[in-house]
Amino acid sequence: MSPTIYLDNADVQKVARLARLAMSEAEIEAARAQLGGIFDLIAEMQAVDTQNIAPMSHAQDVSQRLREDVVTEANQRELFQSIAPQVEAGLYLVPQVIE
Amino acid sequence: MFDSSLQQLGSALRAGKISSVELTQLYLDRIAALNPALNAYITTNAEASLAQAREADARIAAGKADSLTGIPIAQKDIFCAKGWRTTCGSKMLENFISPYDAHVIGLFNKAGAVNLGKTNMDEFAMGSSNETSYFGAVKNPWDTARVPGGSSGGSACAVAARLCAAATGTDTGGSIRQPAALCGISGLKPTYGVCSRYGMIAFASSLDQAGPMARSAEDLALLLNVMAGFDERDSTSLQRDKEDYARDLAKPLNGLRIGLPKEFFAEGLSSDVASCVNGAIAEYKKLGATIVEISLPNSKLSVPVYYVLAPAEASSNLSRFDGVRYGYRAPDYGDLTDMYEKSRAQGFGAEVKRRIMIGTYVLSHGYYDAYYLQAQKIRRLIAQDFTEAFKQCDVIMGPTSPSTAFKLGEKGDDPVQMYLSDIYTIAVNLAGLPGMSIPCGFGAANMPVGLQIIGNYFDEARMLNAAHQYQQATDWHCRAPQGI
Repeated sequence: MSPTIYLDNADVQKVARLARLAMSEAEIEAARAQLGGIFDLIAEMQAVDTQNIAPMSHAQDVSQRLREDVVTEANQRELFQSIAPQVEAGLYLVPQVIE
Repeated sequence: MFDSSLQQLGSALRAGKISSVELTQLYLDRIAALNPALNAYITTNAEASLAQAREADARIAAGKADSLTGIPIAQKDIFCAKGWRTTCGSKMLENFISPYDAHVIGLFNKAGAVNLGKTNMDEFAMGSSNETSYFGAVKNPWDTARVPGGSSGGSACAVAARLCAAATGTDTGGSIRQPAALCGISGLKPTYGVCSRYGMIAFASSLDQAGPMARSAEDLALLLNVMAGFDERDSTSLQRDKEDYARDLAKPLNGLRIGLPKEFFAEGLSSDVASCVNGAIAEYKKLGATIVEISLPNSKLSVPVYYVLAPAEASSNLSRFDGVRYGYRAPDYGDLTDMYEKSRAQGFGAEVKRRIMIGTYVLSHGYYDAYYLQAQKIRRLIAQDFTEAFKQCDVIMGPTSPSTAFKLGEKGDDPVQMYLSDIYTIAVNLAGLPGMSIPCGFGAANMPVGLQIIGNYFDEARMLNAAHQYQQATDWHCRAPQGI
């Protein structure tokens, strides 16, 4: 198992990018210090022998239900778009992505 | 009236001693007077509440009332309620008017209950003190310099301060039980899958569970009877026969085997909390229960496991907040990525961002096996500890929280200290078991102490029985904060 995590500012910057969170240099520095403490806490797990233990992803051992592939929702586009930041002609507006 | 049980309120309404409109107005007036100091509610909407109260009165007059018809219930602001602002304690959803009802809200509406308002909470339910709410911290009604606990701190405060007849909460790592303990009320987290998560804003989907918060176990049973049930819109909702959670309340406790996990009474537990919990155990012996010492050897790992799994699920769940279809969008941005990054940076608070960062990291390439998978394996070990323990006992008891309510700001700068305050509650969520907290005395500075009762899967009726019998023999649950 891997040892304690050491994070540098570039690692924090990369994670922030993956998480789509804009962060200033000062915020990255602060986040690095706090995440370090949290990862020290998490590192306690590494000493546990988990050979032959199946991962538990869910509280109940039940299989996923299936349903008929039919439409069950009514069209409520206007209601849903009434709470959108920016819409035009029934479309959600975002910055241009295709030149 | 404000100290009445749900049963008494229901009887008074059905007997015409008070109308739902009158009762709702009494609570709205009380909220207007006391909420500025307590900050338990984020949103009230007198018009909407009174409209529901008028419908309830018509239903009562027509002789079609159910147990909760006309009773004003506070809803944690994590439950989407159609036409109501639903913020989840975040700037991200500050102006979000929900276009639909959560399943739990729909069930309360069907029962004829009145939605009295939306209660304050830690942002996206991430916190144990209510201090991460964008709308300001909730104050503990027993001492307004102290936290009410979290994340369902607004609901716990509202119940304790008699600002509602009862309330709802959600519990991912202790968010019903810990604030219930710190505010001196009763709260129940059911078995995972008993209450639908549909319309409950997701934090960590494999752990999140809704439950009732009230002033007695008897009230909790009535509320759970309404809240529980299968819902096809939640893929993890369990298909089970409807049960009456109040059915065993009156049963005597002779022969009840109570397991005391030695790990829950070890280092880290404050002496005032220990002495109240031990007092409660002594009372249970008098009521006919027998005590068994048990061990949950892996429970100490529940905090690190939780702080891998919950942030991992949160980082995925909260990716939906992108400033496109609903929620906050930054005022100034360049391209699409810039819009996402700025909207999320400005819309989320510090704790939420911290957890998204942890989750993103542990799920990222090269770390998945060492952290996420290892945490899932230890989760199974934690769950197996409980399976072994329940071979020797019927319920498990111990403290809900290692200390009573701490001061506002006391743990604000140290996330790890805050995370460790959930040490006794988190393992229950990881295993998916039901857990509850009931008042069992007062510790240092006269702050309430909670007794945690953990049951086997689907054993809510037995836990409620144990809690109710204790509340018949003691009056801790009847105490109210001074000046309230």
